[in-house]
Amino acid sequence: MSDLRLINRREFLKRTGQASGGLVLALSFTTACGPAGREPAGGGTVSVAPNVYVNVRNDGIVEIYCHRSEMGQGIRTCLPQVIADEMEADWDRIELIQALGDEKYGDQNTDGSTSIRNQFDLLRNAGATAREMLIAAAAASWDVPAGECVARKHQVHHEPSGRSAGYGELVDAATELEPPTEAAFKSRDDYRYIGKPMDTIDGLAFTTGKASYGIDTVLPDMLYASIERCPAFGGTVASLDDTAALAVPGVTAVFRLPDPTTPLLFNIQGGVAVVADNTWVAQKGREALQIEWDRGANGDHNSVTYREALQESVTAAGKPVLTRGDVNAAFEAADRVHEAVYYAPYLSQAPMEPPAAVARMTDDGGCEIWACTQNPQAAQDTVAQMLGLDKQQVRVNVTLLGGGFGRKSKPDFIAEAAWLARETQRPVKVTWTREDDIRHGYFHSVSAQFLKAGLDENGKATSLLHRTCFPSIGSTFDPNATGPGGFELDLGFLDNPYRFDSMQLETADAKAHLRIGWLRSVCNVFHAFAGCGFVDELAYLAGEDPKDHLLKLLGEPRMVDPSADGGQYTNYGHSLDKHPIDTGRISAVVEKVADMAGWGRVLPAGHGLGIAVHRSFLSTVGTVAQVSVDSSARIVVHEIWTAIDAGTTINPDRVTSQMEGAAIFGMSLALHGEITTREGGVVQGNYDTYPVVRMSEAPDAIHVHVMESTAPPGGVGEPGVPPVAPAIVNAYFAASGKRIRELPLRNAGLT
Amino acid sequence: MAIELTLNGEAISLEADPDMPLLWAIRDLAGLTGTKYGCGKALCGACNVHMDGQVVRSCVLPVSAAAGRQVTTIEGLTEDGDHPVQVAWRKLNVAQCGYCQSGQIMSAVALLERVPQPSDADIDAAMSGNICRCGTYTRIRKAIHEAAEDLS
Repeated sequence: MSDLRLINRREFLKRTGQASGGLVLALSFTTACGPAGREPAGGGTVSVAPNVYVNVRNDGIVEIYCHRSEMGQGIRTCLPQVIADEMEADWDRIELIQALGDEKYGDQNTDGSTSIRNQFDLLRNAGATAREMLIAAAAASWDVPAGECVARKHQVHHEPSGRSAGYGELVDAATELEPPTEAAFKSRDDYRYIGKPMDTIDGLAFTTGKASYGIDTVLPDMLYASIERCPAFGGTVASLDDTAALAVPGVTAVFRLPDPTTPLLFNIQGGVAVVADNTWVAQKGREALQIEWDRGANGDHNSVTYREALQESVTAAGKPVLTRGDVNAAFEAADRVHEAVYYAPYLSQAPMEPPAAVARMTDDGGCEIWACTQNPQAAQDTVAQMLGLDKQQVRVNVTLLGGGFGRKSKPDFIAEAAWLARETQRPVKVTWTREDDIRHGYFHSVSAQFLKAGLDENGKATSLLHRTCFPSIGSTFDPNATGPGGFELDLGFLDNPYRFDSMQLETADAKAHLRIGWLRSVCNVFHAFAGCGFVDELAYLAGEDPKDHLLKLLGEPRMVDPSADGGQYTNYGHSLDKHPIDTGRISAVVEKVADMAGWGRVLPAGHGLGIAVHRSFLSTVGTVAQVSVDSSARIVVHEIWTAIDAGTTINPDRVTSQMEGAAIFGMSLALHGEITTREGGVVQGNYDTYPVVRMSEAPDAIHVHVMESTAPPGGVGEPGVPPVAPAIVNAYFAASGKRIRELPLRNAGLT
Repeated sequence: MAIELTLNGEAISLEADPDMPLLWAIRDLAGLTGTKYGCGKALCGACNVHMDGQVVRSCVLPVSAAAGRQVTTIEGLTEDGDHPVQVAWRKLNVAQCGYCQSGQIMSAVALLERVPQPSDADIDAAMSGNICRCGTYTRIRKAIHEAAEDLS
């Protein structure tokens, strides 16, 4: 009984803000024990919570708590698919409730394509233990062995006696039982929902304007804030004149925010906030601020000169992080060597909904948040530390996210709202403008990549040196970070699957001058761009078809283990036994996508096909692009084919939609995406200067194939992106004979 | 000053600075949040609404320009979300994050009123002012064709 917390409805609502019938039990999932609840004398419905993810009401509704954030990847559909399937709940009688940020749910950081790949078993267990508890309840009330009972579509049946009872009817009996902590999973053949293309659960809300995002939260008596921040990362206010701002009708106050901390973490980055009666007045007041900035240590950061520094660093000797054989000896002995430097710029996630959050201080001294956050527990931590509260005193309501792409895993914008709520003692909504989002975010790293291969007399590459150089995400957490390291090297670098006799992987230093953070697929973006582009170069040097060359370089099916060559590889937190780097599976993806695209067919004049394959987040994606270049040097992407091996998948339609979206996201960064800096500040500011792909540029078709597999699930949200840019660049080479080694393509004279 | 307009069929009066963009008047003053902010500069279409049957970018249109006009937002398109465009959107599971889809749907509805059987080129021309960062464009094309068939 020690971990059982019996709380009444009022207390429950206070804690969770979630409507629910009657008595509810909040249980620690792994240590749940004891009678699971019973309605005390006096009205109301009864419910039973076998674990923190499921609550069965006696009106027959199964409440499922979605503890992961929805940002378009479809987790609010896929998560209940798994739980409902395992517990044999009827899809039409579930009610999905978005969970608060709370440690009791385990990891809630919706990042790294982890929801299914890391939590499939946890979700299955949540459903299976609920199912077994209801079976046990039925067996107890019928006085029959549980082994004779089966659960089927919201009912428990006792076949020998022909008795059956609905889940709602079993709630009373279930409250007498100890919830099991483990239960056997259903057989794959019996899945009702897993593996099926269930419709998006929020479809009606999405198409009627009723879906509510962070920016849509409205509280009584709420103030609206807009914040001017220093153009250069780490800078501070030198002087402030807020007279004109305060004179704008509707502006209620101006606050100087706390200066940025070192390391910055997810804390407020300084700035001046204008608080007003509505969003527009806050923005108008902000325009009237007179601020002089001390731009600080990064005030002279210029991306043009920084690029030169990166190129210098990446072409000098690096630090080996994986060594197979002796590449230098191999280069000496080679018939010839081939070298290339690839470059890819800073990027902004630019989700359609900019960062936005509402905060209010509560009567009991806590703080309550509504926000489009990928990481509600990080929001709790950040706000608690800033306000001197316990983590549990910070209540984070997770709204829908209007796109995330990694931006919203950093709760700095939530900290801003919380700080202003404390200062004003009123609810405050902070809404970033698009310019704020593009200029003051956590940027995807700019990167330079050096590759060198030794070729034999037939032009075949037998040795490879790959050196990576970029300012590290680690710099956000450690001001002394000097360059690539840690998990970043897992991301499409140490896991190089190709069969070179000798191979050396190295890092080169790069100091950070902007806030660096995650963007969809993270370092896989530039590692795949350089890696897949260079492999394509090697195909032509060997005089081989790029697809055949890829397959040869992958070699016969084998399991790659980077640690065999000294690489400190962590495989996205999973063992290589469970999630191997299997060149057989990678090759199968190559074969499939080439087949889909009709690889080798005769193309219209000026067209080319390009292929790229990349394993990331434990899944492998192969992409073929068909491109042409028109007379005005405009690159046209006509069609894209994608095959993904993500192991077991939950919803093939959501996997397909993620691949479609990844194709467009990858096209945006291939064709247009570039953040540059001058005097420490970001030059771009909106979708005019930071363009993304529009309908007019979208391919005629994006064809997706999800490979049939019974392997454990891999990631889906991110792995589609990395191969897109190299497939386009390789197709451009096939069409034109010109090799492009930098992004975006508009800088290569292509728009 | 008080600005009088018809919002989703209802005559309302908004006490607003005449320069306030219609978007913020709709969201912060009228309290309808289905119309979205995306760029503030008529670049992305997330704020698209209908004014007297025409698509307008509410983020750059002063609320004073809507005085005396009929403004329709996503909330006012239908009672139950059963416009053929909305139905087609759901049938093809167009939305990913959903944020831009109010604006996409308002653009698509206006297109079909003007061009009942649009070609892909018509769709590209009419819809390229609407950005979807999730990349749902190919499904939007299909959904518009689907809705066009339903309407014919």
